Amino acid sequence: MYIEIKNAVKTFYQKGKEFTALDNVSLSIEKGEFICLLGPSGCGKSTLLNAIAGFDTVSNGSITIEGKEVKEPSRKNVTIFQNYGLFPWRTVEKNVELGLEAKKVPKNERKEIAKKYIEMVGLSKFAQAHPKQLSGGMQQRVAIARAFAVNPDIVFMDEPFGALDAITRMKLQDDVLKISKDENKTIIFVTHDIEEAVYLSDRIVVMTPNPGKIKKIIDVKLSRYRERTNSDFVAVRDKIFEILNMKHEPDIEYII
Amino acid sequence: MKAILSIKTIIISFIVFIALWQLIFITSNFNEALFPSPLNVWNALVEMVRDGSVFENTVASMYRFALGYISAVILSVFLGLILGWFKGLFKYVNPIVQLLRPISPMAWMPFIVLWFGIGDTPAVVIIFIAAFFPVLLSTVSAVGGIDDIYFKVSKNFGIKQPHILWKVVLPTAFPQIANGIHLALGSAWIFLVAGEMVGSQSGLGYLIIDSRNNLRADVLLATIIVIGIIGLLLDTVLKKAEKFILKLWGVV
Ligand SMILES: Nc1ncnc2c1ncn2[C@@H]1O[C@H](COP(=O)(O)OP(=O)(O)OP(=O)(O)O)[C@@H](O)[C@H]1O
Ligand SMILES: [Mg+2]
Repeated sequence: MYIEIKNAVKTFYQKGKEFTALDNVSLSIEKGEFICLLGPSGCGKSTLLNAIAGFDTVSNGSITIEGKEVKEPSRKNVTIFQNYGLFPWRTVEKNVELGLEAKKVPKNERKEIAKKYIEMVGLSKFAQAHPKQLSGGMQQRVAIARAFAVNPDIVFMDEPFGALDAITRMKLQDDVLKISKDENKTIIFVTHDIEEAVYLSDRIVVMTPNPGKIKKIIDVKLSRYRERTNSDFVAVRDKIFEILNMKHEPDIEYII
Repeated sequence: MKAILSIKTIIISFIVFIALWQLIFITSNFNEALFPSPLNVWNALVEMVRDGSVFENTVASMYRFALGYISAVILSVFLGLILGWFKGLFKYVNPIVQLLRPISPMAWMPFIVLWFGIGDTPAVVIIFIAAFFPVLLSTVSAVGGIDDIYFKVSKNFGIKQPHILWKVVLPTAFPQIANGIHLALGSAWIFLVAGEMVGSQSGLGYLIIDSRNNLRADVLLATIIVIGIIGLLLDTVLKKAEKFILKLWGVV
């Protein structure tokens, strides 16, 4: 398996008390999969993502990528954060070049690669703008371009569209889906938006809190390009509602 | 339009101020040597410009000021970056800084004179002390307040030291550091005069002492006005520079 999470446990100490954020989580992910971690607030999605991305370690169990234990973030796997993490003093172009600079890519080549990815996210006109001059959605696009520009193997995203309005969100979902499939990336995507998860994922990992664990893993057997109103789509969505105990039973009393 | 309006208010405020001053001068019967009229002061100023003393002394002051202020800024930003980065170290340094900070730079004057002698040095050292602590503390707090996300991103992309310092820490902390540098200018300028009142043979502070010794209240007041104007100019220039750089930086 490409990414292998075995019996991952994460405990935090809050005010002297032990708190289990991840309880025996096991999950295998194949190369090129689009995985969504879905669940209500506090179920450990970010904790799990951070552990796979190497920003944090698990207390117990193991996480390996291509057989190697994850100990720290690697430039082969890039994380996109909810609050973008763009450098405000750099232009869009320079932001996208950031990772390439660290990889010591020559200047000309850097510019070319940056240009390509800025174009891909539709921001060519704004290459010389600073992040402050862009809307939230545009800023997140820059972060996406910056992440994909270094040609990573895996892209981690923690509620990347959480701060965006519904329409911008849908556009960015299409963008991410297209780039990830075109470039054959493995994506691990955290969200608590059920529809978003169904729209994007090959598999959805449904998590529940107290303690954070995997409730169910759902194979989304829908065609790649999905219609949100399609009955198959709605069926998958309903199934997740059910798993999360959010589906209301129809009232039994009828008024005749 | 806005600029014209503000110029209008400035002119009116000065006219009213000078008129009040003249009025007090006419209605009171202070000795002219103790309370000069606006015209006396104006004449003194013209005289100082004619004989070049105002320029000579301004240059002398500016030289000391630049030396003390700029060296304080460079050293305190440098130390501030280090102390802001190594928070554990700063924990031990901070109590000493907090103890030294509220002491007026003038309190060190006896030592400064004993150690460095007279001449340019006392004023330079006083200005240095006046600028050092505010810039140091604003730099430390700026570095300490950097959002963790910038470090996460840098780490993710494999950016290593010293690049993190130059590419991440300094630019992120820059707006707050610039603000500290700007604020320190004012307090350093205040202490210029004090520093030059001891043992200097030139400079605006010396001019104050000299005109007192010669009982030239008009020259004294003219010098005070010059000090105010230069302070205001310095502040304006730095404010503009700060804005310009922040704009270039894309922060505003
Ligand atoms: N550094 C920490 N110290 C103590 N407790 C923590 C820490 N990080 C997370 N937790 C706890 O672990 C639990 C899971 O947190 P996590 O951030 O992974 O949730 P999440 O599923 O990402 O939620 P959200 O959707 O709100 O982002 C929470 O109860 C949280 O309080
Ligand atoms: Mg989270």
